Amino acid sequence: MINNPDVPAGPVVLTLAKRELVRFFRQRNRVIGALVQPIMFWVLFSAGLQSNDLGFAFFFPGTLAMILLFTAIFATISIIEDRSEGFLQSVLVAPAPRWAMVFGKILGGAAIAMLQGLLFLVLGWLTLGLSSSAVELLAAIGLMAVIAIALTALGFFIAWRMDSTQGFHAIMSVFLFPMWLLSGSLFPDDPGSWLTWLSRFNPLTYGVAGLRHYLQFENSVVDRSALPNPLVCWLVTIGFAAIMFALAWRISSTRTTGDLL
Amino acid sequence: MPVQPAIEVTHVSHNYGSRVAVDDLSLQVNEGEIFTFLGPNGSGKTTLFRLLSTLIPLQSGSVTILGHNLSGRIAAVRAEMGVVFQAPSLDKKLSVDENLQHQGRLYGLSGSTLRQRKQTMLKALAIDDRANDRVETLSGGMRRRVELAKGMMHEPRILLLDEPSTGLDPGARADLWHYLRQVREQQGVTIVLTTHLLEEAERADRIAIMHEGKLAALDTPAALQASVGGDAITIQADSPTELALRIREKLACVAIVVDGAVRLEQPDGHQWISRLVEAFPDEIKSITLGKPTLEDVFIDRTGHKFSD
Repeated sequence: MINNPDVPAGPVVLTLAKRELVRFFRQRNRVIGALVQPIMFWVLFSAGLQSNDLGFAFFFPGTLAMILLFTAIFATISIIEDRSEGFLQSVLVAPAPRWAMVFGKILGGAAIAMLQGLLFLVLGWLTLGLSSSAVELLAAIGLMAVIAIALTALGFFIAWRMDSTQGFHAIMSVFLFPMWLLSGSLFPDDPGSWLTWLSRFNPLTYGVAGLRHYLQFENSVVDRSALPNPLVCWLVTIGFAAIMFALAWRISSTRTTGDLL
Repeated sequence: MPVQPAIEVTHVSHNYGSRVAVDDLSLQVNEGEIFTFLGPNGSGKTTLFRLLSTLIPLQSGSVTILGHNLSGRIAAVRAEMGVVFQAPSLDKKLSVDENLQHQGRLYGLSGSTLRQRKQTMLKALAIDDRANDRVETLSGGMRRRVELAKGMMHEPRILLLDEPSTGLDPGARADLWHYLRQVREQQGVTIVLTTHLLEEAERADRIAIMHEGKLAALDTPAALQASVGGDAITIQADSPTELALRIREKLACVAIVVDGAVRLEQPDGHQWISRLVEAFPDEIKSITLGKPTLEDVFIDRTGHKFSD
């Protein structure tokens, strides 16, 4: 008898995460998009910002955050596809623990976002010359991973209740894009301005600030004195990821009419 | 050996808002039988399937599956059951083998057990030559086989199938039934399926006829057909209601109107035909005699014609 209700969580997480990656690499347009987007952003930003005294080094962490945000979130809206194509049904009636299913999906999406983020990081390194130490670089990659998980979980939470990808565009423009604008990615800190004040309530601000601490470029000096300190950046980002995962897990026990194909 | 109930449904009701889909339903499915829920669309059978498959939570009443209560530890119930949905549940971008691999992991299989189970299922359903093909390249009948392989990966003791014949040609349907009978004989798997096809329901050991969320009848196909008193006589007439009334008065028997036709059930149908035609030569446009079918059983128990 092999029907055992105590399904180990680890293989479930890995198998579902692997599925996300396999699906990603089998959809050629997604792979091309993932390769082109960082290169395009890098070309456009560096060309357009040459005249700006903030320079490319300032925009690099913000662009990295944007890549993570969009890739992570677009990776999880595949949950809408999983549901409409029926795959989700069979996952929902399996004995595997629900948190493992949610985490597998999130981990897979985060891995895709990380691939793209790392590609962008390599581009920055090759062209601008990173002067971060190995430890700083590892810390930046670690922080990127936590940000990617937090954002993928956020995407999961938003997408779970949706029955079409159309509804997602509204969320994108009224919620996700402002979230990025208010993360200190685009506008430098200006103590006393309401924008800066508002951005303090945005968890993504701390992710971007953390990346600013760790990513140093040759021939460019960025003033880090106004940034939240690295410990705060880590704590807020980890907290953000934990809360988003908890929300995603919780919402996954609710049903939508879309399940009833 | 006493027969164990595989599934025990007690006073189960389910609403979608104000619409009642399942209405105080109680029944038992015995271990090792092929059990069919037969009903037209909207009869509540699909809701019942969703409840049994644990896709939607129970609202009221209780369900026990192989001794595990549905409101208890749900993983214990899920591990015992294989579920084949009406809508496809395969990942089209993945190969047949990869789909089975993921399914096995979701049910806690690993290592050599997982490999062996995949091999066994691919062989049992004769899809081993397509194992590395992506599902999107397979025909509808092939995909259905992969769905079955997926449902049986973890050797469940109960296999639940929702409208399994939908979209299958007669050959593929025969293959499906051949496989279902085989796992029942060889592994003692209890098979529970829903269908809106009368001819499919006849293949089951027992049939539960559903109508408006309630159980209209529950028995073996033969017993259900025998329960309809003999032959079924259907009369087309210009004013069926009036004719039915006059038949009842003049011949002192039960005659009802179903979908614009008068219906009678009588043990000696051929004699009744001449009696009726002689008594109402002008009113009767046409008259037919048939051995009772499941459709007649449905009409008999619900007073409605069976329509999809």
